[in-house]
Amino acid sequence: MGIANLAEKIDAKRLESSDDLVQLRREIQMRQDPNQVQIVVCHGTGCLVSGSPAVTRAFKKVLGETDIEAKVMPGVKTTGCQGFCSRGPLVTIMPQGIFYERVSPKDVEDIVEQTVKNGKPVERLLYKDVNTGEPLQTMDEIPFYNLQTRNVLKNIGTIDPTDIYDYIAVGGYQALAKALTTMTPEQVLEEVEKSGIRGRGGAGFPAGRKWRGAVQAKERKNQPLYVVVNGDEGDPGAFMDGSVMEGDPHAVLEGLILGAYAMGSEKGYMYVRAEYPLAIQHLEMAMAAARELGLLGDNILNTGFCFDAQINRGAGAFVCGESTALFTSIEGKAGEPRPKYVRSVEEGLWGCPTVLNNVETWANIPKIIDKGAEWYASIGSPNNTGTKVFSLVGKVNNVGLVEVPLGTSLSTIIEDIGGGIPGGGEFKAVQTGGPSGGCIPYKHKDAPVDYDSLTKLGSMMGSGGMIVMDKRDCVVDVARYFLKFLEEESCGKCNPCRLGLTRMREILDDFSKGCGSEQDIEDLMSLATSIQDGALCALGTSAPNPVLTTLHFFKDEYLAHIKDQKCPAGVCKDLITYSIDPDACTGCGACAKQCPNNAITGEKKEPHTIDTDACIRCGICEETCKFNAVLVS
Amino acid sequence: MQQTVDIESIIDHYPGVQESMVFILQDIQEAFGYISLENMQAACDHVGVPLTHAYSMATFYKSFRLEPVGEHEIHVCLGTACHLKGGPRIVDELERRLNVHAGATTEDMRYTLETVNCLGACALAPVVVVDKEYVPKVTAKKIQKTLKTITDNE
Repeated sequence: MGIANLAEKIDAKRLESSDDLVQLRREIQMRQDPNQVQIVVCHGTGCLVSGSPAVTRAFKKVLGETDIEAKVMPGVKTTGCQGFCSRGPLVTIMPQGIFYERVSPKDVEDIVEQTVKNGKPVERLLYKDVNTGEPLQTMDEIPFYNLQTRNVLKNIGTIDPTDIYDYIAVGGYQALAKALTTMTPEQVLEEVEKSGIRGRGGAGFPAGRKWRGAVQAKERKNQPLYVVVNGDEGDPGAFMDGSVMEGDPHAVLEGLILGAYAMGSEKGYMYVRAEYPLAIQHLEMAMAAARELGLLGDNILNTGFCFDAQINRGAGAFVCGESTALFTSIEGKAGEPRPKYVRSVEEGLWGCPTVLNNVETWANIPKIIDKGAEWYASIGSPNNTGTKVFSLVGKVNNVGLVEVPLGTSLSTIIEDIGGGIPGGGEFKAVQTGGPSGGCIPYKHKDAPVDYDSLTKLGSMMGSGGMIVMDKRDCVVDVARYFLKFLEEESCGKCNPCRLGLTRMREILDDFSKGCGSEQDIEDLMSLATSIQDGALCALGTSAPNPVLTTLHFFKDEYLAHIKDQKCPAGVCKDLITYSIDPDACTGCGACAKQCPNNAITGEKKEPHTIDTDACIRCGICEETCKFNAVLVS
Repeated sequence: MQQTVDIESIIDHYPGVQESMVFILQDIQEAFGYISLENMQAACDHVGVPLTHAYSMATFYKSFRLEPVGEHEIHVCLGTACHLKGGPRIVDELERRLNVHAGATTEDMRYTLETVNCLGACALAPVVVVDKEYVPKVTAKKIQKTLKTITDNE
């Protein structure tokens, strides 16, 4: 799609005023028939991987072959991530809003026949209530959606992200027109300050205060000011920023332009992680379309305001999500962080005042300007205003993107929205804040999720990853995983991080093999403190968090490893043995066939046995067995 | 990996300033699958920096390679969700089957096995990407099938 295709319908010409934008919106809305049948297919990363492109192709094919009258011919629209990733591919039929999950190409004919032609739902494809089993027809009826407050995610899943007109139709660039024609830059800045929004990237520094500091530095130093989008979402298990860039790229761009206006910047950068090719593509299309309509570039909306932006692709370095490392990377060097004796708002990119905000922060700005700071501040809790998007993953039933007001409890997110853990029962812990965050145990399930409460629990908000663990997840293994990750991603510039993390990981390696003593736990704590005090950037200073929180909340599990040589969760390879439950084993032989070391033997239809000496503890038998007959101890 | 692009056209696309370095190296990587010494030198000459500068970048950023890649690239996601749901098991299995360590290429230049930190498809963990095609909810059995499909298609 994109502007070239749409130009056939609407005369794409440069917008010269705020009125032109209003006029264009009316024109688009008039051409959209609210009763028109529309098939909305999710093309977010999750659904793409589970096969939504084939579903879209099937719809186009089947519709092309049916005898529907041309004037009611339904449109097929592809959108960004609709959030309910574990149920994909997702398809919604408008205008009724009938919501289908796990749609495959072979379901398409039934949907066209029953729903598109006759308006009746195909019951087998509807979401079923977890408790009652009752089929639910629309998104609004499903707890996963109706317990959320979708603000940043509002457009994602309803608009076509490659179509600027779709964005304009739902009020896009309204905030920009309002700011440029009715507000001074100072007023825009004040509005952001009053909203109380804190940076969505992790540390939670108030965005308004950051902006104010940069403007003051710019005036004092008489230098240009740069605005930068941090789209280098590197936390493993977090994909909300990627989904926002993919699903609503114009919102990020509009936010950036608004920021540039408020702070008097003429040049912006979007630093996007290389692993997100679709996000890069959609942002590029968004910028080209906005330029064509005069919403980006010289003399925006004929107001005399000039601003342009460019995309810098990351090259695969986690540390580049750190502000100074990101600037170094844009400057064309290896992305090593710099000491921050002087803050980035004073000396950032090329030594000039620079404001770096996270994708989600920028995407919130148009809403704040459009609806006002008071509206924004009324959501969430005091000092933690607004909503936050989380990527809820791991051992949870409803894996996906979730947006809730700050201050919502962990249990609401994990149990009510997330539908609890597979197999029921209590979750063991939840890791927030990615590798720099911490593990929060079940007993704190009522803790409100906001910047201050998470910090109090020894974790952090981070960019919004939320990884749920159950009793089959070992905290020593998880802490070791994060340390290994950060050890590999450490740039190596400062000693505490380069050497300290390696030493910490070595101690945890020993623990996972059943070696080590309580003195090692002391050493681990002491190393952690030194790294926190001595590392150059936040990668190092926050790296010990997963170890410290797991030690604090799950010390028994550590002791079980080093004192009893046992891994209670059954994960650490050196401490577990696999065996077969003779009562449950049907003798199907599937495990023996898969075993890479031929360690499983047995007669057909008779219980099999595992030769512990030959077993390499790869776990493939457990994964293969359909009768839960493989036991881990 | 199309070898049809020539290095001159990649380099001339960008102004000869240090800021262009990441872009140029990315384009070389994309076009040739790795960054050869000659191409690195050409990029440095254009930008006006010593070879060590480009070398420091090429070894710092994970997406750059200094060696040619195999015919088929396999990336196993080891993001947190994939780690919890058995990603490491898949790496072990592939290392055994292909007789190669993660991060390396088989001797016959057929397969390059890599790990990657989160592809954002956490709902379908564990995920493996084979020649840019995503394989969701991978099991040892599924990965054998995928490898077989590669062989069968040849």
